[in-house]
Amino acid sequence: MNATDFQAVLPLLVLAIGATVLMLQIAWVRNPGLTAALAALVMALSALSCRLAAEVAPTEVTPLLQADRYSLLFATLFGFAGAITALLSRDYVSLHGDEPEEFFLLLVLATMGASVLAYAIHVASLLLGLELLSVSLYALIAYPNKSILPLEAAAKYLVLSGAASATALFGFALLYAATGALGFTEIGQGLTVTTTGQSVLLPAAVMVFAGLAFKLSLVPFHLWTPDVYDGAPAPVTGFLASVAKGAVFVVLLRLFLDADLFRYRILVEITGLLAIFSMLAGNLLALLQTNIKRMLAYSSIAHMGYLMIVFMVSLSGDSQALAVEAASYYLIAYTATTIAAFGLLTLISTDASGRENVQLQQVSGLFWRQPLLACLMLVALLSLAGIPLTAGFIAKFYLVNAAVSGHNWILLFTLVIGSSIGIYYYLRVVYYMTRRPEEHRVEQKIISAWRGRILSGVLIATILLLGIAPQPLMHYLKAILH
Amino acid sequence: MTLAVLILLLLGGGLLAWLAERTHPNLPRWVALGVVGISLLFLLLTLPPEQLALATDPRHPGNWLAQLKIDWMPRFGIAFELAMDGLSLLLLVLTLLLGLVAITASWSEITFKPGLFQANLLWTLAGVCGVFLAMDLFLFFLFWEVMLIPMYLLIAIWGHENKSYAAMKFFIFTQASGLLMLLAIVVLAWQGSRVSGQLSFSYFDLLGLSLDPRVAWWTMLGFFLAFTVKLPAFPFHTWLPDAHTQAPTAGSVLLAGILLKTGAYGLLRFCIPLFPEASMEFAPIAMGLGVAGVIYGAVLAFAQSDFKRLVAYSSVSHMGFVLLGLYAWNQLALQGAVMQMVAHGVSTAALFMLAGALQHRLHTRDMGRMGGLWHQAPRMGACAMFFAVASLGLPGLGNFVAEFLVLLGLFAVHPWLAAIAAVGLITAAIYSLWMMQQAFQGTPDKQRTMPDFDGREMTAMAAMMIALLWLGLYPQPVLDLAQPVLDSLQALATPLDQAHSLVSKAAPAAGSGL
Repeated sequence: MNATDFQAVLPLLVLAIGATVLMLQIAWVRNPGLTAALAALVMALSALSCRLAAEVAPTEVTPLLQADRYSLLFATLFGFAGAITALLSRDYVSLHGDEPEEFFLLLVLATMGASVLAYAIHVASLLLGLELLSVSLYALIAYPNKSILPLEAAAKYLVLSGAASATALFGFALLYAATGALGFTEIGQGLTVTTTGQSVLLPAAVMVFAGLAFKLSLVPFHLWTPDVYDGAPAPVTGFLASVAKGAVFVVLLRLFLDADLFRYRILVEITGLLAIFSMLAGNLLALLQTNIKRMLAYSSIAHMGYLMIVFMVSLSGDSQALAVEAASYYLIAYTATTIAAFGLLTLISTDASGRENVQLQQVSGLFWRQPLLACLMLVALLSLAGIPLTAGFIAKFYLVNAAVSGHNWILLFTLVIGSSIGIYYYLRVVYYMTRRPEEHRVEQKIISAWRGRILSGVLIATILLLGIAPQPLMHYLKAILH
Repeated sequence: MTLAVLILLLLGGGLLAWLAERTHPNLPRWVALGVVGISLLFLLLTLPPEQLALATDPRHPGNWLAQLKIDWMPRFGIAFELAMDGLSLLLLVLTLLLGLVAITASWSEITFKPGLFQANLLWTLAGVCGVFLAMDLFLFFLFWEVMLIPMYLLIAIWGHENKSYAAMKFFIFTQASGLLMLLAIVVLAWQGSRVSGQLSFSYFDLLGLSLDPRVAWWTMLGFFLAFTVKLPAFPFHTWLPDAHTQAPTAGSVLLAGILLKTGAYGLLRFCIPLFPEASMEFAPIAMGLGVAGVIYGAVLAFAQSDFKRLVAYSSVSHMGFVLLGLYAWNQLALQGAVMQMVAHGVSTAALFMLAGALQHRLHTRDMGRMGGLWHQAPRMGACAMFFAVASLGLPGLGNFVAEFLVLLGLFAVHPWLAAIAAVGLITAAIYSLWMMQQAFQGTPDKQRTMPDFDGREMTAMAAMMIALLWLGLYPQPVLDLAQPVLDSLQALATPLDQAHSLVSKAAPAAGSGL
């Protein structure tokens, strides 16, 4: 490794060094405010250092990591998302558990796992990143110790996620047996030359895909999602729904692109089928929820379904670049929106009872009690529903364009049906928030600290900016992905 | 630039009205009134009058009354493109005038957060103005959706007893059909990019594309669905009675007066000119839906005991005439459809304002519990009488001119349909007079006391009466304003016209054969 290589993986190095510094700092003096600020700083620095890394990109750093614009884009995204999550959780963690400091250390490690996944071009780095992310998440989910729910959620996630990782690992082992390679590109090349490749490819690819689809909570691998989302502390749920899923999606897309798995039509059609199931089941099941976290869990299943459309679109070579571009925009918009939605749930759950205020009843009349927080939720929900002027709309517009250019009519109609269903449960939350004081009993007082207000402002601005002035990002994405 | 200023004025005015609430609860109302008034004056004063009579070439925005184009998302060929011709101008003036009426109607009715209420009102107006001006299909869709959110909030926050259901239904109907339109817009743009090699969402670039008939048919259907849900045409009208009934008075005025017209405008400006051949094929079905709407709306209106629901169903009936006029696609029928958009906007807005005033005073919309109101509130009775007979199409008032022109134009292409639609005029008389009889005649309830219209309400009513009288007695200025636009739109969709003239030539032949 030379200096250029170090520069290319600078974001990862910043996170690794940052994690060490945090550990020392916690050993030195226990101060949640300091640790949270430091963690946020580390992750923001890691995001910013992507600019430096971009100067030497694209370059391959060992056979494991590829530093190109694609990986750096997502490393930036995950860094900023992690930083925002750290700031959001500051008050929450102190109120819901003892010894809050290590929470932020785990968050930095999870972000590092996600960033490694963004860089991964090799099965080994994929598994390293995946496990770093997952193991940190087990601990993060179980972190609040004043309630039993997080523990249950963590146990559930641990067992099922472990099984999924093992399945994916077995799939990779089969691929290795057939091709003798572990790098994504080499696997792709190996598949063309070996005759055994064909017979082993389908079971292997299906196992890999099933393992990763579990992490993306695509139907029918979604059963863990509502329970884990519900039990996990709200800021961690936001991180899990946005960064953890985004990272897995990024690496899955890279695997398909580098190994050119789009050659195998049947495999891609399976992704299309899962996309349809996820869009329909996610939206339909979300209708039944009165708990906002569970509702958002099902909605995230649906959103992953929308995102999976790009695999089918990529089947036609002309549309592939647009599909990847659409997926990138969608992930960015979805991350900002999801963090905003769960951010609100975090901010309204900062009372000392140790319980979260996540029932529909509990946001009743929020517009009149906390206008700024209600606006944050309104913007996030409209963005999830794909209403214009928000990031979510442009993201959906991107997907529709990609799918139209790829002639995927069935997927498009499912998208339309799914989105139409989605409006109902998103708007229901808006309706509850606008209920007048005389129409409900105000159960608890929601305090909002200045930190929460600033973060709300930043998140609202980000979502609206991505929705109103998306051209710079569009231009950038087109420049780096075509 | 004036067009962008107009929209910004309304958006900014909304924000100002919201903030004004902190100073004094009455201030937002004055701010809203002032903002809409200024917008109206601004629009009229910046007009180039010498261009009003010029035919606007729909393919080139150069000689339109005003236009603006700023690149927005060059990645997809999307621009912030606004343009105004005579048709847009007519609808903009209607929008702003009814905006004034809506603010007046809500003056004393809304006491909960009046600032936010007026803000939502102004934002709805801004969205509607955007819809009437946008010449980029992406931008059009954006305004189309964005005007829904403040409208949703108006119904959901300030509506009546069943507001959550009504607001949700309204939003889902419009949004689901809107998504289909978005799909159609994107397909159309990609089809266009195949011809020109450049993705563009501009109306001017997409006009006159030669499309594969199958693609054109499905794409046209996407647009048609979105617009007929909004219009609303039978059988997509079921959201309308609920939304109109549950909305606060100002919301009903805006919904019936303006928002329905966006559907008609969309058909006239986008759906038919963009897909002339497919629309030609589809015209019989569309006209069938129009006639069904005319009759079905009238029958249901007669069955209502709720004052607002009756007016709402009468809207379904009247908007059926618009659909008929548009798809008849000849000069007379189109003039009639445009006239109906304006006249129906004014007369229904007045009726909803009246219904709102009654509900505010009596706390009921049930006509069974009214009766004899004329004695207690003669001014209200007189106003109701005027607008009821306007709505039933009394000669001398705007609605008569409109429906007469539609029937005349329709007769040239489909005599039988015209004959059936004419029944709508009779049924309109039945339910309008029935409404008058139920609510205003009969023996009054002695225990009931209610204040009559005050000066503020009478001013609004008088303004709308004058407008209807003017439209009825001297409609020529409106016809002149719309004429060049309709001419140029018709020139675009000549195949349709020719087909119709074939039909109308064939019809007399068939008739003589009988």
